[in-house]
Amino acid sequence: MNDYRPKDKAANFSFVFPALLIFSVFYIYPFFYSFVLSLHRSDGIFTYDFIGLAHFRDIFQDKAWWRSFYNGGFITFWALTFQNVLAFALALGVDKAIKTGKIYRVIFFILPVLSEIIIGLLMRTILLSEPGILNHWLNQIGFGFITRDWLAPNFALLTTALVHCWKGFGWAFIILLAGLQTIPEQLYEAAKIDGASYIQRFFKITLPLLMPVVSMVVVLTLLGTMQAFAMVLSLTRGTGRLTEVPVMIIYNHLRGNQVGLACAEGIILGAVLVIVSFGMFAFSKWIKDKT
Amino acid sequence: MIVKPKNLIGLILLHTFLISVALSCICPLFWMINSSFKTNEEFRNDYGLEPAEEFNLENYKKAIFDGDMGIYFLNSVFYTFITVFIIVIMSSLAAFAFSRLQFPGKDIILFIFLTAMMIPLPAGFVPVYILLNKLHLANRIGYVMAMSNMGLSLSIYLLKTFFDQIPRDLEDAASIDGCNKLGIWWNVGMPLVAPALAVVIIVNSLTVWNEFVLASLMFTNAKLMPVQVGLMEFYNKNVIDHTLLMASLAIAAIPIIIIYIIMQKHIIKGITSGAMVG
Repeated sequence: MNDYRPKDKAANFSFVFPALLIFSVFYIYPFFYSFVLSLHRSDGIFTYDFIGLAHFRDIFQDKAWWRSFYNGGFITFWALTFQNVLAFALALGVDKAIKTGKIYRVIFFILPVLSEIIIGLLMRTILLSEPGILNHWLNQIGFGFITRDWLAPNFALLTTALVHCWKGFGWAFIILLAGLQTIPEQLYEAAKIDGASYIQRFFKITLPLLMPVVSMVVVLTLLGTMQAFAMVLSLTRGTGRLTEVPVMIIYNHLRGNQVGLACAEGIILGAVLVIVSFGMFAFSKWIKDKT
Repeated sequence: MIVKPKNLIGLILLHTFLISVALSCICPLFWMINSSFKTNEEFRNDYGLEPAEEFNLENYKKAIFDGDMGIYFLNSVFYTFITVFIIVIMSSLAAFAFSRLQFPGKDIILFIFLTAMMIPLPAGFVPVYILLNKLHLANRIGYVMAMSNMGLSLSIYLLKTFFDQIPRDLEDAASIDGCNKLGIWWNVGMPLVAPALAVVIIVNSLTVWNEFVLASLMFTNAKLMPVQVGLMEFYNKNVIDHTLLMASLAIAAIPIIIIYIIMQKHIIKGITSGAMVG
């Protein structure tokens, strides 16, 4: 069926054309357009003045921007450690308790399916000290001593990080569980016969075989968390600047008609993410080659 | 799989751990639904922590009819349905061509699509929004078009790997019987890649349904807002009416939870295979 007449080539090309058109207009063009915009002081409609790299110079001196990077990094740190360790522990547990595993799997994945806005607004209502649902409940069950204003400036960032982990762990759990279930049972049986302990089996079989999945989860967690926005917006509104994340700054600059600045910030964040994620892939490959 | 808990204590500890995490997931959702049935007086007394006395649907009526939640919801259904339909058609046509047909620039175009999956564009919404404004497309059509680009690369990749596995004999037979390429794509290809199509539909539906950033920039008119933007709007207008707020969140959440529970097998499979590719 593969003819090489020009007419056929054109007909064949028309299969790809719709996708290519949409992709060019909404991905390729915006990609380059944002570099052009980043060199201009522009509101996107009327003004359009070339200012070279001035935006980038300003951003590097902008404390609020790097503060947002720190905030994003803080949330990412919790997501990489707490969320993923919890997800890994749960995956190991469910993998074992295979009979009831299904129901846990269904429950843990409800939160990742729901939108960030629903989770953010729900937790905002529960956590705000007025009416103080969580605090009231903690008092009821005798944990009155840890009640506090969960979204107060000095605590909001940690709360945000924990809510993010709470929403996200089910996702990491599902992927790690899928990875665990690809490891053949016979390997464990053989190791058991050879007298390997649980710890030995975990470090000699589970972890090395799961390494590709783990490194993928790590990179995707990093990318997802550094670009978190809607959940933080709906949960805290930024709490002054204290829980502001990078995408929130970009969004607000766009809303404030500082389009060039927003593009420059997006380029910096994107470049950092590309470098870090490729660095992590290289690192995990290096570990794999060594072992 | 790794170790069979030898003793009862181990098993109890394991299940206590699993159940407590599971409860932490479900309880806030139950609290949300429970509170949504309460009147404000009831809520003030028990903080929504006691079971509701009756299924009082007043809050739902108020949210859907007075608070525009009904409109937001239908808008979301509309955007999701149209966008996913466009993605399915475009990506399956393209994937079929990448797998089966010859045309100039094929390898380069495929390479560009696949590279795009690996480059994060955290501020991609900025130039897209500016562009849509310039083209006077800051409306439903523009939004659907911009959204149908979001899952395109992944969908093409998933479908192409499936098309690659179809034996060519089937197509040869169809073409001998006088089927043209479009006919082969529709009659032979599409039924055979149905499992991958299910994944494409699920992953993209969730993406579009849950999208917030671009929609919040583009739709300032309440009549056009999808549910995620509408929820923020609704929250800001009714900050103090907690039971009404919970009803609005429940309206957005319950249909998704029901669909999820019915289709959880496919959804979990879809998300897993989507992530494994990325």
